[in-house]
Amino acid sequence: MTMAGLSDMTLEELAANFEALGDWEARFGYLIDLGRELPPMAAEDKSDAYRVHGCQAQVWMKFIPRPTANGLGEPVMDIAADSDAFIVKGLIAVLLMLYSGKTAAAILRIDGVQSLARLQLAEHLSPTRKNGLGAMLKRIRELATAQAAACTY
Amino acid sequence: MSAPAAQPQSTCLAESVRADFPALAQRINGHPLVYFDNAATTQKPRAVIEAISHHYEHNNANVHRGVHTLGNRATTAYEGARDRVATFLNARSREEIIFTRGTTESLNLVAATWGAAHLRAGDVIVLTQMEHHSNLVPWQMLARRTGAALRFLPVHGDEGLLDLSGLDAALRGARLLAFTHISNALGTINPVAELCAHARAAGVVSVVDAAQSAGHMPLDVRALDCDFLAFSGHKTCGPTGIGALYARRELLEAMPPYQGGGEMISRVTFEGAEYNEPPHKFEAGTPNIAGAVGLHAALDYLDGLGRARIHTQVQDVTTYACERLREFPGVRLFGPQGERGGLVSFVLPDVHALDLATMADQQGVAIRVGHHCTQPLHDKLGVPATARASFYFYNTRAEVDRFVTVLRRVIQMIKGTP
Repeated sequence: MTMAGLSDMTLEELAANFEALGDWEARFGYLIDLGRELPPMAAEDKSDAYRVHGCQAQVWMKFIPRPTANGLGEPVMDIAADSDAFIVKGLIAVLLMLYSGKTAAAILRIDGVQSLARLQLAEHLSPTRKNGLGAMLKRIRELATAQAAACTY
Repeated sequence: MSAPAAQPQSTCLAESVRADFPALAQRINGHPLVYFDNAATTQKPRAVIEAISHHYEHNNANVHRGVHTLGNRATTAYEGARDRVATFLNARSREEIIFTRGTTESLNLVAATWGAAHLRAGDVIVLTQMEHHSNLVPWQMLARRTGAALRFLPVHGDEGLLDLSGLDAALRGARLLAFTHISNALGTINPVAELCAHARAAGVVSVVDAAQSAGHMPLDVRALDCDFLAFSGHKTCGPTGIGALYARRELLEAMPPYQGGGEMISRVTFEGAEYNEPPHKFEAGTPNIAGAVGLHAALDYLDGLGRARIHTQVQDVTTYACERLREFPGVRLFGPQGERGGLVSFVLPDVHALDLATMADQQGVAIRVGHHCTQPLHDKLGVPATARASFYFYNTRAEVDRFVTVLRRVIQMIKGTP
């Protein structure tokens, strides 16, 4: 799966790639390419139940818990998400790199806004704009909080 | 089709006024700003900015109470603005003008006051399918409160014309008809006088949302023969936070107050209050005095140019923009083919409006994306989001050309071609 390449990339590598790309065209082009590599989300998951509101494009997001190999310890969360806008798909790819495949507790420890600020994307795509970044970060925290609560007994 | 061989004289209007708008001289992301989001809010001429500054620097005081000089100046300025709005709309009297925060509050005021006094369970409110949320949600709320029902005049196809064949049937037994003059999503110009005449004949009160038309064409509430008309200062070159409601005097006098507080009373005891006369009865608390002053300057500015001239200029640029957009294969343009308000909403195949608007901004072009506060209409059209370019008299054909160049580049990027 092409996803492997993305999720193997560290934030530092991604930040370096963005920095190496001088102008906005190159950065947006790269972001759009990242979005193209996103694994397709199951059509039945693109429903109101997984819809993330607060974006001017349509966004869907779902956590898929995956038990650890030995069945011990907390499951990790694979995140499935998609959008009908390419820039938002690119942002999803970046968020997946940051959050997907981690435990709910680990997800909650990540400061998404600060991490994204290092990508030099902020000047083009801040969470205050209606690109859904803020709404997606909020949904990730909500889903992780629900999972963390479910795992506590 | 316009597209005259010679540059129309209206382009001269745009060129001659651009220097009046400091915000238009900016560069955004290294490019000259092309501001095509005028249906959301217009830029402000220096005359308006200076009028507001002058008010705060020289005339600032509260209105209607002070016996001192500044209080008198502020009251004169504020009430002078009311006179100006009355002449702008050709109202019969200044008492028919209520200052509000804008169109939204004006419509809410009608729903809250006229609606509370006159609507009962089973009554009918007639709207159209092209209403902005601000001319839809207040009526939904009123209907829920009173048990009244909503009835909608249908809108036809992508062209977005109102279907008037069932108008008289829809008005039968109804109490109120509320509709937009110009659709902010489609650009459709509705026949206001005709709609109001049918409403009057049926004994139905008419409410006109003039948010998109007030700054674009001459408006005469007597000729239109409407009962209420709402508009916003910030879409007519004025400041945000100020707008007006025109209300026919006979209706105004029978309406209960909107909010309680200072200014709206004539006498208060611990037990109760006697209310002030309209329009003050509907303006509780310290009003937006500086906003009214700015609005006065804005209306002077618009009438100095001439609203008919403004309409001609905006028509020219809009028609030209539609022609240029039709060059894109598969583009879907919404709104009437002929005369339309100064905006065009569109979708391009395989290109999301959000991608378009975000990348256009990187090149200094400001357009709007989304459902433009007309979600039910977008549901009906089957498009979750459209891109919208909206124009004002300071926009030029050259800016449309740059917009088209930017669109081409964005499409190339999204489609992955160099």
